[in-house]
Amino acid sequence: MRSRWLMFAITFIAILYFYMRDSLVTTSVIGTAITFGLPLAMAAMVGIMCERTGIVNIGIEGTLLVSSFVGFFTASASGNLILGLISAVAMGAISGLLLSLLAVTWKMDQIIAGTIINILATGLTSFFYKQGHTIPSTFPEVDIPGLSSIPFFGPVLFMHGPLTYTGIILIFVLWVALYKTPWGLRSRAVGEHPSSADTAGVSVIKLRYLNVAIAGAFGGLAGAYLTLELVGSWDRGFSAGKGFTALALMIFGRWNPIGALGAAIFFGTAQAVTNQLMITQVVTIPQQFTNMLPYVLTILILAISAGKVRAPAAEGQPYEKEQA
Amino acid sequence: MSTLLELTNITKTYPGVVANENISLSVNKGEIVALLGENGAGKSTLVKAVFGLVRPDSGEIRIKGDLIAAGDTAAAINHGVGMVHQHFQLVPVMSVTENIILGDEPRRGIFIDKKKAREEVVALSQRYGLEVDPDAIVEDLPVGMQQRIEILKALRKDVDLLILDEPTAVLTPQEIEELLGVIKNLASTGVGVLFITHKLREVMAVADRVVVLRNGKTAGATTPQETNEEGLAQLMVGRNVVLQVDKSDAVKQGIVLSIRDLQANDDRKHTAVDGFSLDVHAGEIMGIAGVEGNGQRELVEAICGMRPRLMGSVLVDGQETPDMAPHKVHRMGISHIPEDREKHGLVASYSIEDNLVLNQFDQPPFANGWIRNATALEQNATNLVENFDIRTPSIKTTAGALSGGNKQKVVVARELSQNTKVVVAAQPTRGVDVGSIEFIHKQLVSARDNGAAVLLVSAELDEILSLSDRIAVMFGGKIVAILDGKDADRAKIGRMMAGLAS
Repeated sequence: MRSRWLMFAITFIAILYFYMRDSLVTTSVIGTAITFGLPLAMAAMVGIMCERTGIVNIGIEGTLLVSSFVGFFTASASGNLILGLISAVAMGAISGLLLSLLAVTWKMDQIIAGTIINILATGLTSFFYKQGHTIPSTFPEVDIPGLSSIPFFGPVLFMHGPLTYTGIILIFVLWVALYKTPWGLRSRAVGEHPSSADTAGVSVIKLRYLNVAIAGAFGGLAGAYLTLELVGSWDRGFSAGKGFTALALMIFGRWNPIGALGAAIFFGTAQAVTNQLMITQVVTIPQQFTNMLPYVLTILILAISAGKVRAPAAEGQPYEKEQA
Repeated sequence: MSTLLELTNITKTYPGVVANENISLSVNKGEIVALLGENGAGKSTLVKAVFGLVRPDSGEIRIKGDLIAAGDTAAAINHGVGMVHQHFQLVPVMSVTENIILGDEPRRGIFIDKKKAREEVVALSQRYGLEVDPDAIVEDLPVGMQQRIEILKALRKDVDLLILDEPTAVLTPQEIEELLGVIKNLASTGVGVLFITHKLREVMAVADRVVVLRNGKTAGATTPQETNEEGLAQLMVGRNVVLQVDKSDAVKQGIVLSIRDLQANDDRKHTAVDGFSLDVHAGEIMGIAGVEGNGQRELVEAICGMRPRLMGSVLVDGQETPDMAPHKVHRMGISHIPEDREKHGLVASYSIEDNLVLNQFDQPPFANGWIRNATALEQNATNLVENFDIRTPSIKTTAGALSGGNKQKVVVARELSQNTKVVVAAQPTRGVDVGSIEFIHKQLVSARDNGAAVLLVSAELDEILSLSDRIAVMFGGKIVAILDGKDADRAKIGRMMAGLAS
């Protein structure tokens, strides 16, 4: 816990220092950090919501891929971004339901179930992919009146697209819901010790279905954000391992939405700083190495967290009501 | 008197096992009914059926006259049934309050009203005189306290029928007395209690009526006034049972096992064994009495080389045994009957024959160099199956297919057949039928008579009292006192087990 605060303190001082030296560049770097970090944070929420109820979801990558695909091509075909968003969220929810079917109803090994989703997503999207499609525009930036004119915080926090705001707000909503509402208490109980929830009259199966589906919809939102707000195009392998990085961030953030958000922004900052260094040619590293950065960081994060964090106890175990 | 619960012809079968066969039973208002039976007699299955956790194949469950659908937990709860489970149904990482309100949380808008929840828990605990700390995290609490939370959880829903599934298994004698008092109190307020146990003493002390199950069938129904402990035991087992272990006085010889200032951590890296020293002589049974979770498991594992020794040493015949090397420790003469036979005692998918040589498969005569000797293996298995009364269709049967008692006999046969100097027996009769218990006890005594030093660790005080020549009481990872087995006083040991000064 202390090391975490230390990390935040160092980050804060570093930002302050760079802001004093060059406010423009620092502001842009941190803004970019949020842009990079947010899809990862949202994807990490998928993991948190699933694992808190005891379902390991390594299919986040597949959810991102397939929902961004459906979102992009729906928007492209209809020319309507909102329709694209809705279809992406729906697709995410469907992928969640599929995971529930495999892992909750059929009690399949959850790692296999997640892998199935990943393979299915890669296969289907590659098969149906057609080159040359475009969308009319991406979701436009919405500057929050008043707030966006605050120095530093304005450009960093209040000059983003609508899905960015939605994502950030939903992360806080999830955090409050998880720790302050009956739903959250029950969900956590199901993930820690399902039979005690069952004996208290909470339906383990229903709650797992519900949460994994909502989580999938969340993943769909992340997919929509990536394609319809951030990038504006779609290509094979579009999600580029973000779903797996998100799992590492979830662990680093101790299955806590705010923790994972912090971890994601830290992650995004590292990437944004590297980008900045590359652009200004302060350092010249071959691009292959900078492209490795997210994956190297993921490994580092996991290595740091290993053994120090405690996962929900019932994670990965199908629930058997009858025990002889 | 009004009938709260009425079961008619409940039948439940699992693949290959009939857990319940045509069982009928009733509980009235304000009445304490004890459901007595051996492990595996079908007691737990029956009450789980009442609570909707198990779906019976046939039969009728009526609560307050209403027919309850099979497997409908919510309906059972709505009809005022509360259950205290054998395995605690508590979320370890959550607080007492969170555990008690789970499933029916006081709300303020869409949020949990934490203040009200806490007040409710305090009021509940005062009303029934069961004191708890509403903010404590469950996993930090001792088992007796955890059970109290279970009971409060059950009582919160204004229960009319309280089911307690083996509630005394993990408690100290004092805690048991307290619990029995609570049960009587509840019954006097009109609550019907269905109380499951295999301990005869408790039945005699508290029950109004007794129903005895054997092999999934009703073996008889009686009242404590009409019978005595021997009579109940006979109903339970179906034949005369010797409750006392027959043994001669110990012929104590030199010290064989010597434990010096041993220290070890539990899985959560907290000190569990805290400077433990003990000498065990050849030809004696040294019993370790203590409430579970006071370091017994860690002690046994540290002795047998399965858990790192942070400090101290374990000597056999004056020679130091290596740390974290179970195989070498075994070679030096320490046999180990592990607490968890499924995990540490057997390989379920191996044959009985192979399980009987698990720790000496590479030694002659079972192997010459790296080739196994099938004749020697068969010979060994055939002998042991006969001598240790292992009931199995064949020596090639996989160990996993055996009943609990027979699995344990395989472990006991392997460990006691090797002329070892020291036998470390951890919970040797847990989950084993009365017949096998009798047999295993005899084997331990005969190992002693053959000159082995036996270290017996058991949560069953009766087992310790009837077998031990000397008794070491363990509390908080240390020995509180060492008593002579003959003049050991149950109540006194109970107090020591609870950490109260003698």
